[in-house]
Amino acid sequence: MTAANQATPGAPPVRDHSASRRWVGQSIRRVEDPKFLLGRGGYIADRITPGTLHAAVLRSPFAHARIGRIETAAALAAPGVHAVITGREAAELCDPMPDFGPDPAKHTWRCLAAEKVRYVGEGVAVVVADSRYLAEDALELIEVEYEPLPPVTDPERALAAGSPLVHEALESNCAYERSFDFGDVERDFAEADVVIRDRLRWHRSGGQPLETVGAIAEYDQGTGSFTIDTNTLSFTSYLFMAAGTLKVPVNKLDIRPVPAGGSFGSKLFANKPAVIAGMCARKTGRRVAYLEDRSDNIANCDHHGSDRVYDVELAMMRDGTMRGLKIDVVDDYGAYIQFGVGHHGNALAQVVGPYTIGSVRYRVRAALTNKNQQGAYRGFGSEVNNWMLEQMVDKAARELGLDPVAVRRMNFIRDFPHFIPTGNVYDSGDYERVLDHALELARYDHWRDEQRRLREQGRHIGIGVITAQERSVFSATEFWFWFDEPGAPVTSTPESVSLKVDATGGITAVLYSCAFWGNSPETMVAQLVAEEFDCSPYDVSIVYHGSRDGLPATGPGGSRTTVMLAGAVEGASAKIKEKARRAAAHLLEIGPDDLEWSDGGFRVRGDPERKKTLGEIAIMLHLFKHSFPEDMESGLDASKVFDHPYTTMPSADRKDLGVFYPFVGHACHVPVVEVDIETGAVTFLNYAAVHDCGTLVNPRSLAGHIVGGTAQGIGTALYEEFVYDDDGQLLSSSFMDYLIPTAMEVPELTIGHVETPSPYTPHGIKGGGEGGRMMAPAAINAAVNDALAPLGVRLTELPMTPERILAALRAAGHAG
Amino acid sequence: MAPDTRTISLTVNGQPHVAQVEPRRLLVDFLREDLGLPGTHIGCEHGVCGTCTVLLNGASIRSCITLAVQADGASIDTVEGLAQGGELHPLQDEFSEKQGLQCGFCTPGMLMRAREILAENPDPSPGQVREAIASNLCRCTGYQFITEAVISAAARMRASKEGVAP
Repeated sequence: MTAANQATPGAPPVRDHSASRRWVGQSIRRVEDPKFLLGRGGYIADRITPGTLHAAVLRSPFAHARIGRIETAAALAAPGVHAVITGREAAELCDPMPDFGPDPAKHTWRCLAAEKVRYVGEGVAVVVADSRYLAEDALELIEVEYEPLPPVTDPERALAAGSPLVHEALESNCAYERSFDFGDVERDFAEADVVIRDRLRWHRSGGQPLETVGAIAEYDQGTGSFTIDTNTLSFTSYLFMAAGTLKVPVNKLDIRPVPAGGSFGSKLFANKPAVIAGMCARKTGRRVAYLEDRSDNIANCDHHGSDRVYDVELAMMRDGTMRGLKIDVVDDYGAYIQFGVGHHGNALAQVVGPYTIGSVRYRVRAALTNKNQQGAYRGFGSEVNNWMLEQMVDKAARELGLDPVAVRRMNFIRDFPHFIPTGNVYDSGDYERVLDHALELARYDHWRDEQRRLREQGRHIGIGVITAQERSVFSATEFWFWFDEPGAPVTSTPESVSLKVDATGGITAVLYSCAFWGNSPETMVAQLVAEEFDCSPYDVSIVYHGSRDGLPATGPGGSRTTVMLAGAVEGASAKIKEKARRAAAHLLEIGPDDLEWSDGGFRVRGDPERKKTLGEIAIMLHLFKHSFPEDMESGLDASKVFDHPYTTMPSADRKDLGVFYPFVGHACHVPVVEVDIETGAVTFLNYAAVHDCGTLVNPRSLAGHIVGGTAQGIGTALYEEFVYDDDGQLLSSSFMDYLIPTAMEVPELTIGHVETPSPYTPHGIKGGGEGGRMMAPAAINAAVNDALAPLGVRLTELPMTPERILAALRAAGHAG
Repeated sequence: MAPDTRTISLTVNGQPHVAQVEPRRLLVDFLREDLGLPGTHIGCEHGVCGTCTVLLNGASIRSCITLAVQADGASIDTVEGLAQGGELHPLQDEFSEKQGLQCGFCTPGMLMRAREILAENPDPSPGQVREAIASNLCRCTGYQFITEAVISAAARMRASKEGVAP
């Protein structure tokens, strides 16, 4: 790591990590779990109190239609109904939804459609009634006149001349287009021996947590304030936008986080249910719950995943050296584009994978179509880039007659920190070690022998080996470096923690905007606090704070939570220890510098018997103010707003995007599959995965994320797809058709960890929550292609459903 | 107009209840809202995901597609009845030990299904556990640590049944 010790512009200081840790690195039981095991999780639906009204949304059956007259009298007269609000009325009650997309005024997004519906499932009216039953009864009494318009559901057709327009004001369906060159692309392609080309298609899937999005709102007319409980709190610095939608000042909006039954990105900044509940609460003067049902969550959720068409060229030398990449991608954003093309920032953070590729051309076009809009799904678009690049590497190896493992190995980046052509940095890594460990765990040579043996029996066995990146801890710049003159070139993505030591030495940690989503913020913080103060993690109490008087925070997303919480805990702990040291010095009548922290308290250097525990110091600071100098305040608490630790600005010409996703993990997945060429079914014979996300806080917790993410990746690779037909009808609108893998589709994984600590983060932690899904689609596609290689067949489209596999076999002349 | 209701009698976690319910009221809503037992969760509302699994006379059912009136005269077990005397059930304890949960939303249904599996087969293989829990979706864990937890709990439950300290 000699390079890491040289000053790099904008880099934080290189850290020395303690070699001995007591709690960080232990697979302790999660502190969150008992309440969930007892059925007392306190999810949003559990917080409906007697007298709460229920809202239900009427969804459009048309993909694209003008909304005519809406007849609501019968619904309003129905039993138990308190209010019916149409989209046009909602447009008066609320301003447009928070939207980070380019030029939002030209593709205005509202909580209910006002003049036109733009996808099947878009809300056109909401009923508020005494119960969900009565609200749904009343929905059936609403009559809506629709004037159907021709829909467009294919992103390339949407960009072609003459396509129906999703938003007339935009005068096109292209919400964003730009081509970037990073490095000398022309030279690398001119000097290349061969150019590998392919066209790849990734269809849309989504997080689909088992709990949908929900919110319960109250409006206090006396104070003009909203209180909204929701399972989607994040980005508290931006809640002025949601407040603006509800037309209240942000200091009159308190959004309180409740545990979420899974998110996987799909509850990130999901404001629509909170806005609908808030609007209905103010209209009725009552507490109102709006909980999406599964149909809402599938068809009208704002968080479908990536939906991309790629044309890619990879410039290669005959010996296997990768030189340059040209990527031309069309991304189907659906009817709205709330996060702009931030998903492609994720891709650009690790666009060259773990390889020493010298140049990249990246052209991105964002198409608007008559589909539910894209949002976030575990990987946020970087997983698609991983899949695309690994497909290209495998195709190159096949065309050049090289071993796919050897090609990867010879192109590995080996010196860190390493700046990739886009300007982002890879802080650390040891890709060869990860690869070697994975091949060993996978028993790679054994399975190559088995593959040969079974092929002779006519069985189609495939082994996938992919080596790919897992960026973590995003910076705000990736949302605006797309524009020469960004409207809001913000630079803050903080996370905050307050620590309070009570009079008995007990510690309470307060989290802001950091909801429980199935990740383990309480366990992470408890282990980090225990590491600082030598207490038991189970003695740390955790509070999830609401937004109104909270500190600035961003919440989960981009695998940032653990790293950012670690920084905030470290900072707050240092402040507390500073005050405790001064107090202990005063009590022991010795200089502060003569004290050292040891085993839960401060002791005198060289005289370990003279000591004050944190509890002894805390009770004095809480109750005996006059025992201390005049300037010492009572109590022992501190907060730390931990800002993104490593961001540098993009260059004006955008040939260098700066550092925006600096802590970059790595993984190697090696699935072994069998493809049944009669049925198109894919089954797993083995699956090994090795991840390196720096120092582990709780290895079992991370392993759980790897297996769970891989299960989702299996869904993406083989089963899950939001299928829209040419009329814009959503064909997979329930779990009967949108197929989530069960325990029979997910194999047992053999998991290995390599720990290459980040030089820049507390304890050397890198984010790891998304890794499974960032690797598995690429790995499984590689394995299927390896299985079908002797038949001359390659799958280039995900998910690889039986129909697509059989079609590919037929196209290659193998009658199915 | 007062809604049409029926009287039902049933036992939930050993406690007898008599209640007036609308014929269309779903069992899951009756348990959650009328009896104040929020541990049974609603995932898909069309009987696929298994999140709402409870036991009816010892057999698992989907309470989101079962009417409360269909439970008239039945004995229902929900997750709230698993822990006894302040002690976690071995299944709950092993789910915690093995991290067989992340968001916890599928967990009550998964625990009740696991209880049924072990009542039918106290010593299942991992493959048998996987096949049996394939009735229930989990979006977080990938099922691996759930399977491990059920196997570990089975061993403890067998041991305690034989009077051997687990």
